[in-house]
Amino acid sequence: MAASCWRPGVDPAILRLRAELLARIRAFFATRGVLEVDTPALSVAAIGDPHLASFATVYSGPGSRYGRTLYLHTSPEFPMKRLLAAGSGCIYQIARVFRDGEAGRLHNPEFTLLEWYRVGFDHRRLMDEVTELATELLGGRVSLAEPERLSYRAAFQHHLDLDPHRATVAELAVCAERFGVPIPPGMPADETDPWLDLLLTHRIEPRLGVGRLTFLYDYPASQAALARLRPGDPPVGERFELYLDGIELANGFHELGDAGEQRRRFEAENAARRARGLPEMPLDEHLLAALAAGLPDCAGVALGFDRLAMLAAGKQSLAEVLTFPFERA
Amino acid sequence: MATYSTNEFKSGLKIMMDGDPYAIVENEFVKPGKGQAFNRVKVRNLKSGRVIERTFKSGDSVEGADVTDVDLQYLYNDGEYWHFMDPQSYEQLTADAAAVGDAAKWLKEEAVCQVTLWNGVPLSVAAPNFVVMTIVETDPGVRGDTSGGGGKPATLDTGAVVRVPLFVQNGEVIKVDTRTGEYVSRVKE
Repeated sequence: MAASCWRPGVDPAILRLRAELLARIRAFFATRGVLEVDTPALSVAAIGDPHLASFATVYSGPGSRYGRTLYLHTSPEFPMKRLLAAGSGCIYQIARVFRDGEAGRLHNPEFTLLEWYRVGFDHRRLMDEVTELATELLGGRVSLAEPERLSYRAAFQHHLDLDPHRATVAELAVCAERFGVPIPPGMPADETDPWLDLLLTHRIEPRLGVGRLTFLYDYPASQAALARLRPGDPPVGERFELYLDGIELANGFHELGDAGEQRRRFEAENAARRARGLPEMPLDEHLLAALAAGLPDCAGVALGFDRLAMLAAGKQSLAEVLTFPFERA
Repeated sequence: MATYSTNEFKSGLKIMMDGDPYAIVENEFVKPGKGQAFNRVKVRNLKSGRVIERTFKSGDSVEGADVTDVDLQYLYNDGEYWHFMDPQSYEQLTADAAAVGDAAKWLKEEAVCQVTLWNGVPLSVAAPNFVVMTIVETDPGVRGDTSGGGGKPATLDTGAVVRVPLFVQNGEVIKVDTRTGEYVSRVKE
């Protein structure tokens, strides 16, 4: 190991930029009456999404003589919804979150999320506020044209001439070949979502947010995650993602408040985990009880703070804006 | 041969795809906001040298390729094959024209070359970066011209042709950079 490895990977200007962005975020929410909160990073429950891997650790001590498995949160979503159900009103949090298996130019296994919830907002109104915050934080550093909103369907139609809600696996494979997207071995024959993810990551995402904020919204129902579904033909998940320079910056939902539907989704996620040979995750019964007690109609969004700082600094990789990237942590 | 998970991917890793050995040139982890993660890689076919793009689902595994680089001494060419020797074990290996490729014109007996072996068989041969060769044919240059401007073709003892400055003459020994095929300097014997 080189003798200089103890040193931070960033220069002092980046430290100041991060501090300034955090201060401006806090000022932004203070003027809007959104309350800063702090929730636990460790929980007996964990997210079930088969594409997210939670770090697990063991607590031993008073109350747990033989050790109890606890999971580090991948986002502070569940306890923040419990606060909302308890009547907190609009809240935000700047949280350190943890995701196993994710490392690369735009991924670090631990990173900082800005997550906030607005009571009475739907996903469209929240997109307005995300635009205001992002413009305030990036303005003056990055020149931004008028923001753009594209439905998930419109993005696929525009970039790939394909309807993502109706395309079959065979049609998605033909589309991948036509646009020169290498097809990974072992792609499923009975599930379209991994094919949509393949096309999205290879052909669409790099073309989103070029010189402007671009929102993708109204996702396929199968990708609704924790968003509510809007009935229609087809029904869509009221979910959005924000892109700038081809980089995904934020994910938001018009939040699902139906406890029964949420339990069914959690159980479907664990079924998908079983099918892939992944460990099942303990359901968050506290969240389900909170939803049953009544979540106010709200929209919430999680924004990757480090990626935002990276774009504000004009850098190309997260490692350039993290004090100590994973390899040297 | 071992298999490698995408988590072990890094540039230089040798893997098998469609029956051919490849070296990873670039590896990028990509993941949509929610959903399937992928490793997008650029890989070089070690037989053809061609670089292509491939994608794997993150977490999947791929078979490793038994590819190693060894330093071998070039012995001779028998008209069809190039013969090399491991200077440590004295084991002899033969390489065909496909493996030797463009390196053929830089090979002089006893030169030590980096040879890439696939399953123990030479897959490619890299000539030494610099070689010393004798000019066997070149037009008489202008005496006194030491500027090096212009230049002229010169045929070397291996048959390779390089551009040399006008002042360099028949029978002289020169140093050549095999990576660019360019004349470097005269060598005093």
